[in-house]
Amino acid sequence: MIKMKKPLLMLCTLALVIMLAACGSKNTEDTSSASGAATDDKSTATELSGSILAVGSTALQPLVEQAAQKFMAESQYSKIQVQVQGGGSGTGLTQVAGGQADIGNSDVFAEEKLKDEAKDLVDHQVAVVAMAAVTNPDVGVDNLTKQQLVDIFTGKVTNWKEVGGKDEQIVIVNRPASSGTRKTFEKYALGTSTEDLKGSIQEESSGTVKKIVSESPGAIGYLALSYLDDKVKVLKYEGVEATVENVTSGKYPVWAYEHMYTKGEPKPEVKAFLDYIASDAIQNGDVVELGYIPVSKMEVKRDAEGNISK
Amino acid sequence: MKTIDERPVQVQPVRGTRWKKHHAEDVAGRSYTFICAALLIVIILSIVYFVASKGLATFFRDGVSLGDFLFGTTWDPEGNNGEPMYGVLPFIFGSFATSVLAALIASPLSICASLFMTEIVPGWGKKLLQPVIELLAGIPSVVYGFIGLTVVVPFLRNVFPGQGIGIAAGAIVLSVMILPTITSVAADALASLPRGLKESSFALGATRWQTISRVILPTVLPSILTGVVLGMARAFGEALAVQMVIGNAPHIPRSLFESASTLTSVITLDMGNTVMGSAHSNALWSMALALMFMTFVFVMIVRLLERRHRI
Repeated sequence: MIKMKKPLLMLCTLALVIMLAACGSKNTEDTSSASGAATDDKSTATELSGSILAVGSTALQPLVEQAAQKFMAESQYSKIQVQVQGGGSGTGLTQVAGGQADIGNSDVFAEEKLKDEAKDLVDHQVAVVAMAAVTNPDVGVDNLTKQQLVDIFTGKVTNWKEVGGKDEQIVIVNRPASSGTRKTFEKYALGTSTEDLKGSIQEESSGTVKKIVSESPGAIGYLALSYLDDKVKVLKYEGVEATVENVTSGKYPVWAYEHMYTKGEPKPEVKAFLDYIASDAIQNGDVVELGYIPVSKMEVKRDAEGNISK
Repeated sequence: MKTIDERPVQVQPVRGTRWKKHHAEDVAGRSYTFICAALLIVIILSIVYFVASKGLATFFRDGVSLGDFLFGTTWDPEGNNGEPMYGVLPFIFGSFATSVLAALIASPLSICASLFMTEIVPGWGKKLLQPVIELLAGIPSVVYGFIGLTVVVPFLRNVFPGQGIGIAAGAIVLSVMILPTITSVAADALASLPRGLKESSFALGATRWQTISRVILPTVLPSILTGVVLGMARAFGEALAVQMVIGNAPHIPRSLFESASTLTSVITLDMGNTVMGSAHSNALWSMALALMFMTFVFVMIVRLLERRHRI
């Protein structure tokens, strides 16, 4: 009995040590953002100083980061520290609803991810991102209707010749089912959510999607307009080209707002930052430069249910 | 008896300020190491508790049955087809397939490399191979993944039918990653063999090859297996590199060259997009719990092998 105990004990210890090693990295994100958030409460509202933590969508992160750099360089805001973190739309919404972050960046309306907590959140739409279906240049198709896209992404059509292209197997390059980009594409381009098909590829980042689509024969995926270049073939949607003009005029429907949510009305320094992003200098400068579309340019509006109004 | 009587006499003159200083150092050192050890145990226990509390919520709070979770083949956490489904069998299959395949590819290479550097050319062989292996162990996994995506995947796509992405690509990338683990464990085992074993074999007239294959390898087999299991455990836990080349479709693939998923790749892919506390997020924690359990099993196997080796 005693002989048994010692190895068993050592075994348990070793197992625990390895577990620690295996799951240590997963927790770093939570703790770092939590500790970052802890410093926020010290802000004093009167002279606009303090720190702002913005967490969430990686699609919006470049814009918020660049705006934050410029914001902190402005003399009247020099006492405000803006920290921008990624982590995904889900993380952003959870943390802003839970009070750990001041701003939650999201690709989707909060109502689509959260249930009751969404009521407390105030939406600030800072930009519009449009997406286009892209294919490998060799498939020989340059336009797909909504129905053809649905057939492809639900697996009804598996060969490009069925939609007027070459005799080639279709390879779907998707985003993860929980991704905001995929939600947007499914909602506004397909009008239906789709399953992950056997043999379809899922990639986390737009960069990888583009790489795989440009290299794999017969591949189809979807990318934000800022990622498009001649390595991939950009498809027309129902005969409409994916251009900024067509998006702003409402002809091209596959687009979504980039949201920056606050819990309740924002604190003065947070409001100053949000106003700064909404200012003409950022909207017509950095927003356009980074491949987003300014909200002010949009001639149509959309609500959380997807209803379009002029 | 005499020595025991003399001992206090020898210690006596040292007593005084110096003795006190040593004593204080001893106490300080002991308490410091104890605090470190205690902290480590607290951290480990709290991580286990955290993962378990999140992971078990899937079964107790969200009402997913363990059987459906472990043996279900449909992963549809967003409920695109009606009810959300949390079957992780495809991921468990993917994890095992990639790590076993990686071990199968890496083991012969590692064993031969370790034989080369300890038995065949112990001089320059070791000098050349040791830094190479250390370098391999030091390359970050994202670099492996990127190389996999730019070199291995296109190669497989051109040579085999399919998209190139899949279990085969994952296993090849992982096999390179676990080479250093298996090689260094095997090389250590070979180096620690008693010289007499080899010399008596030579004395009996055996050639070098006969000695290696009939005497040395059977003797160090348990240690080599330990290395293989450790390598598999590393492969099982690797997330980033595999995620980049495996394709991440939540299905059991029909071939080695079709998009598949592992437990780790799904966790890294979905973690940021899920809302903390939702059933989807909890299901990811359950997968983390399953991963922890698997590492535990791997460690148990290693301990078992080592015990057999000692006897």
